[in-house]
Amino acid sequence: MDAQVKFSLRDAPHEMIERAVKVRAENVNVFYGAKQALKDVNVGIPERGVMAFIGPSGCGKTTFLRCINRMNDTIAIAKVTGRIVIDGENINDRKVDVVELRSRIGMVFQKPNPFPKSIFENVAYGPRIHGLATSKSALEEIVVSSLKRAGLFDEVKERLHDAGTGLSGGQQQRLCIARAIAVEPEIILMDEPCSALDPIATARIEELMEELAKIYTIVIVTHSMQQAARVSQRTAFFHLGNLVEDGPTDVIFNNPKDKRTQDYITGRFG
Amino acid sequence: MASRLSAAQRRRIRIRERIIESALFLAATSSVLVTGGIVFVLLYESAAFFEHVPVITFLTDTVWTPLFADPRYGIMPLLCGTLVSTLVALAVAAPLGLTAALYLSEFAGPRVREFIKPTLELLSGVPTVVYGFFALLFVTPILQKIVPGLPGFNMLSAGIVIGIMIIPYVASLSEDAMRAVPQGLRDASYGLGATKLETAVKVVLPAATSGVAAAFVLGISRAVGETMIVAIAAGTQPNLTLDPREPAATITAFIVQVALGDLPHGSLPYQSIFAAGLMLFLLTLAFNIFSFWLRARYREVY
Amino acid sequence: MTAIDIGVPRGVPRKRHAPTARRHRRERIFKVVGLLATLVGLVALGALLFDLAYSGLPRLSWDFFLNFPSRRANIAGILSAWVGSLLVILVTGAIGIPLGVAAGIYLEEYARKNLLTNIIEINVSNLAGVPSIIYGLLALGLFVYGFGTGRSIFTAGLTLALLILPIIIVATREAIRAVPDSLREAALGLGATKWQVTRDHVLPAAMPGVLTGVIIGVSRALGETAPLITIGALTFIAFLPTPPITSEPPFISFQWLWDGFTVLPIQAFNWVSRPGDDFHANAAAAGLVLVLLTLGLNGIAIYLRYRLRKKLQW
Repeated sequence: MDAQVKFSLRDAPHEMIERAVKVRAENVNVFYGAKQALKDVNVGIPERGVMAFIGPSGCGKTTFLRCINRMNDTIAIAKVTGRIVIDGENINDRKVDVVELRSRIGMVFQKPNPFPKSIFENVAYGPRIHGLATSKSALEEIVVSSLKRAGLFDEVKERLHDAGTGLSGGQQQRLCIARAIAVEPEIILMDEPCSALDPIATARIEELMEELAKIYTIVIVTHSMQQAARVSQRTAFFHLGNLVEDGPTDVIFNNPKDKRTQDYITGRFG
Repeated sequence: MASRLSAAQRRRIRIRERIIESALFLAATSSVLVTGGIVFVLLYESAAFFEHVPVITFLTDTVWTPLFADPRYGIMPLLCGTLVSTLVALAVAAPLGLTAALYLSEFAGPRVREFIKPTLELLSGVPTVVYGFFALLFVTPILQKIVPGLPGFNMLSAGIVIGIMIIPYVASLSEDAMRAVPQGLRDASYGLGATKLETAVKVVLPAATSGVAAAFVLGISRAVGETMIVAIAAGTQPNLTLDPREPAATITAFIVQVALGDLPHGSLPYQSIFAAGLMLFLLTLAFNIFSFWLRARYREVY
Repeated sequence: MTAIDIGVPRGVPRKRHAPTARRHRRERIFKVVGLLATLVGLVALGALLFDLAYSGLPRLSWDFFLNFPSRRANIAGILSAWVGSLLVILVTGAIGIPLGVAAGIYLEEYARKNLLTNIIEINVSNLAGVPSIIYGLLALGLFVYGFGTGRSIFTAGLTLALLILPIIIVATREAIRAVPDSLREAALGLGATKWQVTRDHVLPAAMPGVLTGVIIGVSRALGETAPLITIGALTFIAFLPTPPITSEPPFISFQWLWDGFTVLPIQAFNWVSRPGDDFHANAAAAGLVLVLLTLGLNGIAIYLRYRLRKKLQW
C-alpha cells in the first residue's frame, strides 16, 4: 500500500475519512494496433468505496478498467505500456501471474454473462478452479454466502440447480456479482453493470454496491452521470483517451476544473 | 406519368420473368426428385427382395452368403463390420478432432489457424480410393509390425484411415460450435482468474456440447457410408466379429463386391444390394437428422 | 453518526489461493498436445503423399499417360482412364453446374417461405449426407436398367452430377447470401426486374463463391469411385470413346456419350486390388495423378475462398 498518498473522501456530510491508495496508474497508454485508445493516464483509486469512471462512449474508460485486471491481454492487438501498481506491485510486470492477479480482482461485465450451467455451478466455478474449498460443504458455504452477499439468495434458494441463464436480467447480473465475490477478491471492476437492466433492477444493484463497498474496492464504468453521482465517492472523467480530471464526486459534478468536464456534466456533448 | 414501355413490351418482360422463375423452380425441385428416385429405387428393389427373404430373417440371421449355392441373407455380419470400422474411425477422429478444435479455437493465433484450417480441409479432398491404397499398402504393413499376426485385410487399418479422413469434419464443425460460444463467457471466466485451458475445458466445451456432438454424429455418418477404404483394406468377406484385427465386409463393401461381378438384373443377389443399400440409407439418414437436430439446438442457445 | 461501517478491519481475512504453478504447467502441456493433435492429420497427409510419390513416381512417364491398360504392368497406362475422367466430368459439369446454380438462385432469391421450399431446403442438406454408393444404386436401378442409358459415360456423368448437386447448391446459396441487400435495392430502385437484378448484379458479385463450390464439386466427382463401380464400370477398357468430331457433316458426334468407359479412380482401384508390387506401383502412379488433380483443385478453391474473405468487406 502506498502510504504517502491519501485521499479524503466524502462518504457522508461532515465526515472526512482518510483512505490509502489501492490502485495507482502511472503513465498508462493503450494501443489497439496503430490506434491509441488511452493516453498517459495517471490516477489513484482509493481502498474500499466506489470510484466511478465517466465519459462519452469511446473515451477509453472501459479500456482503462480492463487494464486493472489485464483483461486487455485477451485481445491480440492490444498493447499496454506504463505501470499499474496494486498494493505496491506493478501488475504490468512480466513476472506477475495474470491468473493469480485476476483471482484477486473480480469483474462484472456490461451484459450479464452467466455460464450456461446451474446457479450453484456458476458461483462454484471460481472457488473450484482456485481450490478455495476443501470439502463439498465448504463449497456450499461459499456459494450460499456469496449469493447472500449479492442479495440473490432468497430469490433462488429453492432452485440453486436450475440454469443461471433462466434468471431475469437483474438477477443474472447479481449472479455474476455473486460469482465474482465467491473468489474473495479485493477489487471488483464493474463495466457498465446496469446498462442492460431496467430501473428497478438497477436500483437493486446500486444498493448492493453500497454494501459491497464496505469491504471491497469497487471501480465502476458508467455512462450514466446520475449513477456515478449516486454510488461513487470519487469520479474520474475520461475524454478521447485522456483522463481529464479526477476527484471527489461532488467536486467533479459541482465544481469541475476543466472546461471539457464541465461541458460533459452539463450535457453539452456526450 | 406515361410509361416508357409499351403494353406489349411490358407483357413480354413479365412473361420472361415468369419463365425464368419457373425454370429456376424446376431446378430446385430436381433435388427432391433425386431423393424421390433414391427412395423409390431402394424400396422397389428391396420389396422384391423381401418377397423372398423375410424381414425378420434379414435382420436376425447371422450369416450373409448371397453368392453361395445355399444363400443366407442375414445383415448382421455386414452391420457388425460397419459398426467396428466406424468405432475404430471414431476412436481416431474424436479425440484428435476435438483436441484440434479446442486448440484451433482457443489457443492458436490467427496466423496458425489461417494456415492449418485450410490444410486440414485438404484431407477431405483426397479421393477415397487413394486412402484405400494408403490403408492397404502403408498403414497395414506398419500395423503388422505392432500387432503380431495381423492379416493383410483388417478393419483396424481401414478404420484408422477413415478416422483420419473424417478429422476435418469433426474438427471444423466442433470449432465452429466453440467459436459460436459468446466471448462474454470467456471474459467472465478469465475475469475470475481461470487459465485458458480451464476456460476452454470448463466453460467453452460445455457450452458447445451439442455442436460438438453434432460434429461427432456427422463424422459417424461419413464413416458408416465410407466405401472404398473398407472395400480395399478390410476385405469383402462377411465376418460376424467385433475384433477390429480381423477382416470383415461392411454394408458398403458388400455392394462393391457384388457390383464387381456381373449379376443378372432381377436376380436375388442383385436385389440384395438394394436391401443392404436401404439399410445403409436409413442408418445415415438417422445420423444426419440427429446431427441436424443437435446443431439446431446450439443455434437456439445463442 | 458513522455513515458507513468503515470499522471493517482493513485486511479482511482471505483464503489463501492455491499456487498456480501446476495450473500453468497443465496449460503449457495442452498447448503442445493440442498442436500435435492438430498436426496428426497433416502428418498423415504428408505420409500419404510421400508413400504415393515413393511408389508411383518411377512409373510416371509420357508412356504411362499414352498407354492403354494392359495385363503386363510395366507397359500399362492410363490413357483410357484420363480420357474417360475428362469426358465424364464434362457431362457432370454440363448437368450439375447449371442445375445446382439455378436451384441455389431459386432458393435464395426467389423462394417464398412455405412448406415446399422448406422441404426442398431440408432435402438438400439431407442429400449432402447420403453416402456416394447410394447414388450408385440409384443409377444402377433407375438409369442403367430403368431408363436404359446403359453403363455409359452419360450415366456416369449424370450420376456424379446428382452427387455434387448439394455441394453446388449450398455454395451458391452461401455466396448469394453474402451479397448485400443494398446492391439489390440499388438495382431494383432503377427499375430492374428481379431477373435483371439477379443476372446483372447478384450473380457477378457471388461468382467467386459459386466458383469455389463448383471447383470443390468437380474435384469430388473426379475422385469418386464407389458409385461408378456400382453401375458396373469396372471393365477392361483398352479403347477410346468415339471421337466427338467426325469427317462427315454435321462433323460433331455425341456417340461417345453412350460408350463404355473407365476413369482414373477406377483404374487405380483395379490395380490396387491386384496382387503384385508391379501393379501396386501403377496404382500409386494413377493415385498420384489423381491426388495431385483433386488437391490442386481443392487448393485453388481454398485460395479463392481465402481471397474472397479478405476482399469481402461490405
